[in-house]
Amino acid sequence: MSVTGPRLQPTIFERGRPGRGGGKIPHPPKGSLDRIPMEARRVVPPALPEMNEPDVVRHYVNLSQLNYAVDTGFYPLGSCTMKFNPKLNEWAARLPGFANLHPFAPDEIAQGTLQLLWELEGALAEISGMRAVTLQPAAGAQGELTGILMIRAYHRARGEAERDEVLVPDSSHGTNPATASMAGFKTITIRSAADGGIDLDAFKAALGPRTAAVMITNPSTLGLFETRIGDLLDAVHAAGALAYMDGANLNAILGRFKPGEAGFDVMHFNVHKTFSTPHGGGGPGAGPVGVGEALLPYLPAPRVLRADDGTFRLERSGERPTSIGRLRSFVGNTGVLVRAYAYIRAHGGSGLREVSDDAVLAANYLKHLLAPTFDIPYDRACKHEFVASASTIKKRTGVRTLDIAKRLIDYGYHPPTIYFPLTVDEGMLIEPTETESVETLDAFAEALIAIAGEADATPELVTGAPHTAPVRRLDEARAARQPDLRWRPMTGAQTPCPD
Amino acid sequence: MVPTDLRYTKDHEWVRADGAEATIGITAYAAGQLGDIVFVELPDVGRVLEQSAPFGVVESVKAVSDLFAPVAGEVVQANAALGQSPELVNGDPYDAGWMIRVRLSEPGQLDDLLDADAYDALIAAG
Amino acid sequence: MPYGPHTSDDRARMLAALGLTSVDQLFDDIPVALRASHLDLPPPEPELELAARLTGLAARNRTDLASFLGAGVYRHWSPPTVDQILLRSEWYTAYTPYQPEISQGTLQSIYEYESLLAELVDLDVVSASHYDGAAATAEAALMTCRATRRDRVLISRGVHPHYRETVRTYFAGRLALEEIPLITDGDSAGTTDLAALERLLAEPDRPVAGVIAAQPDFLGLLEPMPAIGQLAHAAGALFVAVIEPVSLAVLAPPGAYGADIAAGEGQPLGIAPQYGGPYLGILASTDALVRQIPGRLVGMTTDLDGTRAFVMTMRAREQDIRRDKAASNICTNQALLALAASVYLATIGPHGLRDVAALGAARAAELEAALALAGAPRIHSGPYLNEFAVRVPDARAVHRRLLDRGVLAGLVLADAEPDDPSLADGLLVCATELTTADEIARFAGALAEVLALAEVLAPAGAAR
Repeated sequence: MSVTGPRLQPTIFERGRPGRGGGKIPHPPKGSLDRIPMEARRVVPPALPEMNEPDVVRHYVNLSQLNYAVDTGFYPLGSCTMKFNPKLNEWAARLPGFANLHPFAPDEIAQGTLQLLWELEGALAEISGMRAVTLQPAAGAQGELTGILMIRAYHRARGEAERDEVLVPDSSHGTNPATASMAGFKTITIRSAADGGIDLDAFKAALGPRTAAVMITNPSTLGLFETRIGDLLDAVHAAGALAYMDGANLNAILGRFKPGEAGFDVMHFNVHKTFSTPHGGGGPGAGPVGVGEALLPYLPAPRVLRADDGTFRLERSGERPTSIGRLRSFVGNTGVLVRAYAYIRAHGGSGLREVSDDAVLAANYLKHLLAPTFDIPYDRACKHEFVASASTIKKRTGVRTLDIAKRLIDYGYHPPTIYFPLTVDEGMLIEPTETESVETLDAFAEALIAIAGEADATPELVTGAPHTAPVRRLDEARAARQPDLRWRPMTGAQTPCPD
Repeated sequence: MVPTDLRYTKDHEWVRADGAEATIGITAYAAGQLGDIVFVELPDVGRVLEQSAPFGVVESVKAVSDLFAPVAGEVVQANAALGQSPELVNGDPYDAGWMIRVRLSEPGQLDDLLDADAYDALIAAG
Repeated sequence: MPYGPHTSDDRARMLAALGLTSVDQLFDDIPVALRASHLDLPPPEPELELAARLTGLAARNRTDLASFLGAGVYRHWSPPTVDQILLRSEWYTAYTPYQPEISQGTLQSIYEYESLLAELVDLDVVSASHYDGAAATAEAALMTCRATRRDRVLISRGVHPHYRETVRTYFAGRLALEEIPLITDGDSAGTTDLAALERLLAEPDRPVAGVIAAQPDFLGLLEPMPAIGQLAHAAGALFVAVIEPVSLAVLAPPGAYGADIAAGEGQPLGIAPQYGGPYLGILASTDALVRQIPGRLVGMTTDLDGTRAFVMTMRAREQDIRRDKAASNICTNQALLALAASVYLATIGPHGLRDVAALGAARAAELEAALALAGAPRIHSGPYLNEFAVRVPDARAVHRRLLDRGVLAGLVLADAEPDDPSLADGLLVCATELTTADEIARFAGALAEVLALAEVLAPAGAAR
């Protein structure tokens, strides 16, 4: 970032001035609210800022420039698949026929969207090898909850309500155990084997009549394919339990491994990872869930159905009593799903396989470039991401992974995911994705190697980083000890609202 | 070297015995590992704790850790100062940063805890 | 692959560096028996053809009708500032602000969102966003159980049916959810039955964690929120208000009538209907519940130089740190939609928001008069803001015939609330500032026509 770069901004509350703005909405007739009883009316108007449009625009454009984004540079945030977000998708989601359609629109005037959703369900079922897909969950974590609630319903329907344990490896995403708890299950955490993969014997020892499910991320959060997965799935089913696949890392295995075919009973997709829908500064996403035969009856309602005459409709309320119900209002984050649909059609089957091929090739190439300088705790072919560690560098220089990550900012890169998975000391999880060029990968590796050199020569340069960002490292302890979670506008600073 | 008048657990709690009662906190080593402590959740007075039962939670900026009762007893006091000033646990872990006082139900359990030498050896081993 | 950078030379160079001849070798660790044979999907589609396909699908939806459909999702004027800001890459192609030094834009925008919504709902703590109004309500219900260590929640039937179903799904039979009936006749018909609530709260040995009611309720009516809150608090329960944010420009906010938690759908704040999402789940609470609220929170702090800055805070509540003991499993949220709501509120301002609410109320009154004249009187008599239910004979058929005449006549209540016989002939209709006098005239005219036709086909007294 240059010296003429973005600057910190006042809040909109400080920018606003009583009397600014207006002119957007016609004034309502006098007495429009007379029928509202006094006791139901607002007495003190909300102290919202008053701004004119140029100030609003300048505020948000200036703020935006304080952000790092995929469209501004390389964003190798492991586990998050920060690939390019195609612009056609943004255009498509804004087509008035998609954007302005009310979610309670009768089926006969919503045929275009219903067809798109139905086709997308089919494509995701094919990609995952699952029998059917629900598009309802709003994000991956809600997809997990959907899957685990279906598993709960499955065991109850079989009279096995005593199954109250969910097994997860210690390298799992935090959402897995959090989901299990939300659905009323106990989490049993299984230590990973020495090679970073699942410990088959430990899982077998923990499986039993209390086990409801295992939740496995494959490839794992270390970016490694779980080579013992076949044996694990056999053991899980032999124990009467079901297998959940966390699909966060699907970008590595498109066209190479279909979880449903391999024996997983249920999985979620993160469309904002694999299928390029933008991350939006934290969301929205969408978390479709695919199921095999066992869980088919329990899919959330409503499903999208296709009639023999080729028309589409939503399931009616109560039409399928075995359903676990709904997880949210309406059918899902449809606007996000339009983007995912466009991405899948743009690639087709061959293109999706190429996505994974290139993502895996890029990750292995980058790992190869970094191996002489950083520890690579699990040095075998990785999938779409890999873990490097600054453990040796820290012992030698005192410089930590956190410092290296912050120093990367000065070199113009977004840092990788750091200190996750929790099982690796001083770990950084690096995911280049398939949309970064070999020149970018080379330059990024050079930057990391240069920083490793700085750790020896001028460690304070690294531990004091970043030096060029809009702010320096933050006082997070203060933020948590004395939380300041809202601006408190000066009361009385606003003009009274005219009736 | 940790204070020699205290007893310790493998989970990095300390105990200061005082007749029929005991004061409990976490060690400087534990506070250092957690980093800047921002929140401490403590039990209500009157709660009866079994030995090794979780009795609270300590949160730092980026970590969270359960607190386990080193000895069985009834909680007679919890350190209210930590509500406003959780940083006392970092700054003064063996004194102002104490967490709870319990009335011992099985004073003999104190003998099973580590002494200062044994605890020093534990943290030296990492 | 349409968006990839690699030439065959690039791939060859990377493979050579790895000492490989084929990318297939990087997948050798997948057991042979588990390898996928093929991906049976259509071939890649060039952008031009794909654009035509998408345009065609969008055109199969009908969005040209005069619409009086609300029922939780409302058409409003969204100033062009909203979408133009949202289309800036720095917002929509960033992710969760894990690195605050290069995410001050997103972090400050979330802090401002929290502050704006705190003003609207008059509560101190606002989460950075949840999936939608239904999921936010479910999280609110779970919050009441955690905070009170009780496991029974009462929800008014005046809360949107999708929200009730969602809470039921989240509870999954582990926690008890009971519905408070609505009053069926008299001046208060269509609002929460306070006597029934009192009875439910008084059941011995079944303490209630939370009471949930909506303002306005699903039928558009104004609820006696202060009275519901008092009953809840007297029984030691928390009070959750389900709110519609535009209405809060003119209606008393949850903080003013003692609600502990507010949940609601933020879609009306500048967000397009999009057939269901992405929307914006609003979740807010009093300071006393700050440790129970799930989802991200952004706070103000300083950097090492003492410069004011923003950061995600109280992170140890969240799933990535607390894992199975987290308040919720939520990770990805609806940050971009929270930004949309903020830009909307900043652009439209406090007076503009009040105008939106009041103009909708005025148009709704015109709609009420026109429909009554056309033969569809209101079902309930209590006050409403901009949405109300009308009675027409054979509502479902009338609704369909009006579609043919270019009118989307609201929601068939028998579809949404099949268990409530008092709504069997009901249509739920709404007006907003976008509703024109011409549209109201079209609706009333077409309705009169359809009802007259029905009269001819099925003379009065004939069995239907």
